[in-house]
Amino acid sequence: MAPLNYYLILSAVIFAIGVIGVLVRRNLIVILMSIELMLNAVNLTFIAFARFLGSMEGQVVVVFVMAVAAAEAVIGLAIIIAVFRHRQTLDPQEMQLLKW
Amino acid sequence: MVAPTPTIVTLDLLRWIPLIPLLGCALNLFFGSRLGKKPAGLLACAAVGASFAIALYVFALLPATGVFRDTLYTWIESGPFRVEISFQVDALTAVMLLVITGIGFLIHIYSLGYMDQDEGIVRFFVYLNLFIFFMLLLVLGDNLLLLFVGWEGVGLCSYLLIGFWYHDPNNAIAGNKAFIVNRIGDFGFVLGLLLLVTELGRQGIWTLDFIELQKHVGSLDPATIGVITLLLFVGATGKSAQIPLFVWLPDAMAGPTPVSALIHAATMVTAGVYMTARLHFLFALAPATLTLIAMVGAATAFFAATIALTQTDIKRVLAYSTVSQLGYMFLAVGVGAFGVAIFHLFTHAFFKACLFLGSGSVIHALGGEQDMRKMGGLKSHMPATYWTYVIATLAIAGAPFTAGFFSKDLILWQAYSSAHGSQALWFVGWLTAGMTAFYMFRQLYMVFHGNCRADSHVQAHLHESPAVMTVPLMVLALGSIFSGWLGAPEYLWGSRWEGWLEPIFGGAHEPHHGALDLEIKLMLLTLAIIAVGIALAYVKYGRPRAGLEPGAEAGGTLYRLSLHKYYIDEIYDWLLVRPFTTISDWLAQVFDPGVIDGIVNGVGAGARGMSSIWRGLQTGNVQHYIAGFLLGTLALLAYYLGQP
Repeated sequence: MAPLNYYLILSAVIFAIGVIGVLVRRNLIVILMSIELMLNAVNLTFIAFARFLGSMEGQVVVVFVMAVAAAEAVIGLAIIIAVFRHRQTLDPQEMQLLKW
Repeated sequence: MVAPTPTIVTLDLLRWIPLIPLLGCALNLFFGSRLGKKPAGLLACAAVGASFAIALYVFALLPATGVFRDTLYTWIESGPFRVEISFQVDALTAVMLLVITGIGFLIHIYSLGYMDQDEGIVRFFVYLNLFIFFMLLLVLGDNLLLLFVGWEGVGLCSYLLIGFWYHDPNNAIAGNKAFIVNRIGDFGFVLGLLLLVTELGRQGIWTLDFIELQKHVGSLDPATIGVITLLLFVGATGKSAQIPLFVWLPDAMAGPTPVSALIHAATMVTAGVYMTARLHFLFALAPATLTLIAMVGAATAFFAATIALTQTDIKRVLAYSTVSQLGYMFLAVGVGAFGVAIFHLFTHAFFKACLFLGSGSVIHALGGEQDMRKMGGLKSHMPATYWTYVIATLAIAGAPFTAGFFSKDLILWQAYSSAHGSQALWFVGWLTAGMTAFYMFRQLYMVFHGNCRADSHVQAHLHESPAVMTVPLMVLALGSIFSGWLGAPEYLWGSRWEGWLEPIFGGAHEPHHGALDLEIKLMLLTLAIIAVGIALAYVKYGRPRAGLEPGAEAGGTLYRLSLHKYYIDEIYDWLLVRPFTTISDWLAQVFDPGVIDGIVNGVGAGARGMSSIWRGLQTGNVQHYIAGFLLGTLALLAYYLGQP
């Protein structure tokens, strides 16, 4: 079995890709997908630890995270659609009214 | 020194004396215009009439040494300090009650005729009833604070009624002047009141109740009492138009004539005298203040009389005469003769109200003319007004067996013989008596005798006033004679007055018996100077074909000084008003926009400047926030990983 570090490094890389995606992409849908990436990277960590420690708790948390992620995706997409109908764009840089 | 505590009897009737006029005021205020002019006026008269009836009844019930009291509710309760809304009638208050409601009633009736044509008659009666209410509150209150409420209330009504015809800015200015000058006096009053409360409170006595005060003021130290009485007297000089605050009263004549009669002659301006008499136990402990009061009173009496000598406005002569007579009252107070001061207040209310209403009748007949140089010869046109005016003039001049004779002689006698009196005070009062006779007869001759100098248009409309105006005049004229008979001197039939007020003022002034010869001599001297005054007035103004009012230049410097009221108004204007307005202008035009606005705007600009640095962080771009979030997290992470 591959050592734990491999899983953790993979997870960190995926998480970093997600963070960068959130920070730099200009499309809300892609940003949402990047958030999913980050969530799943965390899931991977949980699973890896659960496997190596022989504990079920990590797996339980993962199921929860997946449920929350599904709900988040639904609401996020709904908001994105509403925003698009309203502004005809998905670029977050065009959405800066909420400031001084 | 301290009078025994009077027996206090509860009498629930008292509350209705002030409340009925207040009710009349409220009804007229809300429904007066719907009632119509005549019913509104009658309602106001009825309200005061009812008060008068109750006052008479209470007066008849009042035992010699008793006090009636009617407590409504507790107004202020703060620890040991307690003030009740509570009315109290003793002999002193009873006298004031009768003057206020009785003369007030007559003047209300007179106003029905005088204000007949006026648009604002309903408003007029609202104010008048309100005034009666406050004045009654002033004299009925059983504590100093309630007195002060009435004191301020009558000041307000005075202001409202002086500026009653507010369409003319001059009237509004006169109202302002009265109000502001009174404020200065009231400031002194408030300070005195506060000092009294705190000084007594320091000794554990928290009260403003007159009866309680009388028991406890003895424990204050004399210097404190001196300061308190001085401050209270400042209040009295404002309200009762004494030097140096008398300047508002002549200008107050801008109001309708019944107002001048009621407020600025008979009642409100005597509030200062009433207040000092009410607090006689306090003033009696401050001989220095009493001396000052006597001097101020004598000086005011003399000074105002010299001004009255040359005035040409019929009401201004009377106004200065009022100031002068109030000076007499304070002279009496100052020599410790409180009962005599109240006696003069009482008789003065009759003849001065009669004179003012008479002048109102004249002004009414002449269509608003107030300049005596344009009057004359009205005797035959207005007999009722003329004869009542003659009686009141005799009374104020002090002709024998009129009211003024008795009260003024008593004051002069007290000024001469009292322990606090002196020959100098008597001499000033004596001279003033002569001048009073002169200026009053000058007025009588100028207005009613000789040829009529009004223009023909006015002459055609000359008429005697209706009965609603002349009947009050006649009643007041009767009072101008007989009200004085209550206080006749020893050598006639003796005074009922002194016995009546004795329980209140106690030994505050000692009787001086056994000097009858001297008293009679002084009386004859006074009569002599009065006769001289009348004779001079006749020579100068009364003889057939006597010259009209000589021009200002004819009398030289003194004449001009008197005619221009010693330029007091100009001096006050120059010394006080101008600097004040100059400073105000500077504050308004330089200080306020520069400094005050500058500070406010500066604070705003400062906040804006500071925020311009940081608000750049709030871009509105979500991704920037997330970057910040990430950096923060990384920093925290680095910090914890860096921990050993």
